[in-house]
Amino acid sequence: MTATIEAPRTPARPARKGGANLEKWGWIYMRASGVVLLVLIFGHLFMNLMVGDGIQAIDFGFVGGKWADGFWQWWDVLMLWLALIHGANGMRTLVNDYTNPGTVQNVLKGALFAAAAVLIILGTLVVFTFEPCPAGAPADLLPSFCAA
Amino acid sequence: MPETSAGTLTTPEKPAKQKPGGTLYRGHEGMWSWVLHRITGVAIFFFLLVHILDTALVRVSPEAYNAVIGAYQTPIMGLGEVALVGAIVFHAFNGLRIILVDFWAWATRHQKVLFWVVIALWVVTMLAFTPRHLINVFSH
Repeated sequence: MTATIEAPRTPARPARKGGANLEKWGWIYMRASGVVLLVLIFGHLFMNLMVGDGIQAIDFGFVGGKWADGFWQWWDVLMLWLALIHGANGMRTLVNDYTNPGTVQNVLKGALFAAAAVLIILGTLVVFTFEPCPAGAPADLLPSFCAA
Repeated sequence: MPETSAGTLTTPEKPAKQKPGGTLYRGHEGMWSWVLHRITGVAIFFFLLVHILDTALVRVSPEAYNAVIGAYQTPIMGLGEVALVGAIVFHAFNGLRIILVDFWAWATRHQKVLFWVVIALWVVTMLAFTPRHLINVFSH
């Protein structure tokens, strides 16, 4: 019985012919979304932690005041989509690096995809269906414009 | 038999003076920037999962959201936020370094210098953020 030792760098499978190069687009996405996320997240941190009383000022009324403005709704939704896809794709890189192809790797990637998909849908719904003045809530917990 | 041969190995005339890599992890600025980018990236990812869920509580009730956001306003979590912002700022600036190294030949040659530029910008940013944030955390 002879064992065949393949030459170094023999491809594990034949090179793919045609079709979109998804790994290339993933590579481009990480860089493009990274630059946009730097602006969005630095702005988010500055507005929520540096201005005024910072984190001590954050409560339901603060969020209601911010999302009364479509500008901040779209800022947060864009941040949500870009960050979750950027983060899940980055985690996919680590799964590829530290696990072998097989069931475990597929389960981990499936979990990453599911977590990103569920949170993107949840977060988008929360931002756009948010009710700043829910009926029956104590007035002192609500944004000031609810009284008007 | 495979059709390609691995080629002939030749012994260098003089053994190289530099230390052999030894392992996959070869140290120096290149490795440490890569390690820190991974660790900060994973930490930010898991915070992001939690942060979307806690923010989603605004859809439940004002009381539920205020209760959970109150946990972020304690001294322990205030210190944790300094660590979180530190991770984000490093990942952001080192991400820019990666883009420069990818697209600009000068930056590829000077990636070690750029690592220390990232560290310097990180220190400046954290000096601006940390006192302001800790005053907010501890003065209430």
